[in-house]
Amino acid sequence: MHDTATTFLELGAVLFVLGVLGHLASRVAISPIPLYLLAGLAFGHGGVIPLGASEEFIEIGAEIGVILLLLTLGLEYTAEELLHGLRRQAPAGALDLTLNALPGVVAALVLGWGPLAAVVMGGVTAISSSGIIAKVLGDLGRLGNRETPVVLSVLVLEDLAMAVYLPVLTAMLAHHTVARGSLTVAVALGALVLVLYIALKHSEKVTLLVYSARSDRNDEVLLLRSLGLTLFVAGVAQRMQVSAAVGAFLVGIALSGPVAEGAREVLTPLRDLFAAVFFVFFGLQTDPVDIPPALLTASLLAIAGVITKVATGWWAARRAGIATMGRFRAGAALVARGEFSIVIAGLAVAAGVNPRLGPLAACYVLLMAVLGPLAARFVEPIVRTVRNWWRSRRPPEAMTPRDA
Amino acid sequence: MDLEETPLPGIGLRHDFSTRSGRRLGVVSRHDGRRDLVIYDAEDPDASRESITLTPEEGDVLSELLGAPHIVQRLADISRAFAGLVGEQIEIAAGSPYADRLLAATQARTRTGASIVAVVRDHQVLASPRPDFRFRAGDIVVVVGTPENTAAVGRLLRDG
Repeated sequence: MHDTATTFLELGAVLFVLGVLGHLASRVAISPIPLYLLAGLAFGHGGVIPLGASEEFIEIGAEIGVILLLLTLGLEYTAEELLHGLRRQAPAGALDLTLNALPGVVAALVLGWGPLAAVVMGGVTAISSSGIIAKVLGDLGRLGNRETPVVLSVLVLEDLAMAVYLPVLTAMLAHHTVARGSLTVAVALGALVLVLYIALKHSEKVTLLVYSARSDRNDEVLLLRSLGLTLFVAGVAQRMQVSAAVGAFLVGIALSGPVAEGAREVLTPLRDLFAAVFFVFFGLQTDPVDIPPALLTASLLAIAGVITKVATGWWAARRAGIATMGRFRAGAALVARGEFSIVIAGLAVAAGVNPRLGPLAACYVLLMAVLGPLAARFVEPIVRTVRNWWRSRRPPEAMTPRDA
Repeated sequence: MDLEETPLPGIGLRHDFSTRSGRRLGVVSRHDGRRDLVIYDAEDPDASRESITLTPEEGDVLSELLGAPHIVQRLADISRAFAGLVGEQIEIAAGSPYADRLLAATQARTRTGASIVAVVRDHQVLASPRPDFRFRAGDIVVVVGTPENTAAVGRLLRDG
């Protein structure tokens, strides 16, 4: 048992450093996630500053961080939006997941890590970061753009895919027998269908669990009840071996309306705290000496990841009747990967899939969380330059009047 | 005018339309109450050239500025439609027999024919007060009826 003073000293130092890094990130307008990961690498085993006393707390905090990340993801979209997205953009979602899971799957197989690692890496490369993307679209003033609904509905479908993927992955990671594994998956999918049904038809009853409309809004009550309910359901889900994260996600979907908005408001600061702890924890688990060997693979994956996401966005936007520039904007907006890639990799690292998977995922997210916002910001000048260069190469007599 | 409505999952709702002068305008209504006023690019109709984020208060002020003549027009229409009716504001004076008594005790509608539709207290409008509403000195009672009826309510609240 370590003494309380050391724990406070270490935790205080870690959180303060994260605060400084977050400030730095917002000053240069990038996502703080890569900086948090780097901080995690710098601390702990093999890092510059070893942490002893607070590791226990950071570990639990990281688990809560995952739950809160998934809860707020579920709160972000209503059940109607999920089903609407499924009806309208199903082909785009299918293309998105196949095209973007492919590089990860191929990389894992080529490296000889086996099929389980392939499933994990597919998830890591496929899921965009809805947090980073929503922030970037807002910052760039693109919420009103006509390609933005396309981008958002692709994100909605990734969300829905996560609800199916996470329980399947959890079952596979737990080394169940086929029969036991399919049972857990069936339970999780049954729960998903049930929750979607409840959220669509009886949302107000679930809502009563965390908030009664007759009393005035009370942030304290709302916070304690929604957090309590989520942790409880997450615990039940974990006990049933369905993954705590999925339980939290389902609670998020079931809550809707003004309560969801209120819960999101009161939970966001808490989520920011524990999610930061989670990123640090992931960095802590990774030995910095493992990073350089992973850089080459991660860079190749990053190049593939940019191309596949741009292709997805381009195709989905074209389907919606968006012009060329808008198609590239949609594609570039989707590039960012972040929190959910780390959540997936974190599950695999905890299950001990492959010691090289953690560093590769960390490296990949470091690159993609930085590249994503940059791609969104600079896609227009890049496309314009390439287009002008392309036109200037053509002899003038070949020019049609429209081009002139 | 063709107003288009597009859901933005996780963010809110977007409305947009083309003006007669050929420009496209939109408003993004976010779940958290903020509004984005969007002016589309004339060259690239998919992109917004300007996007201005407004707090709920700023949004209210803007809509009031844009909608104010409209509301005045509407009020004028209403009074034209109900010709002969007037709205009167009557203060409950400190010595009024109805200060600290229930609205029901005035029997205003039975005795005068006019209706009490609202009470203004501390700069707040309490619409449709119920019979168990208790008057306080300083309340301003909003009465609707013919000029004779509303005058009768004024006498009633002053003298009993």
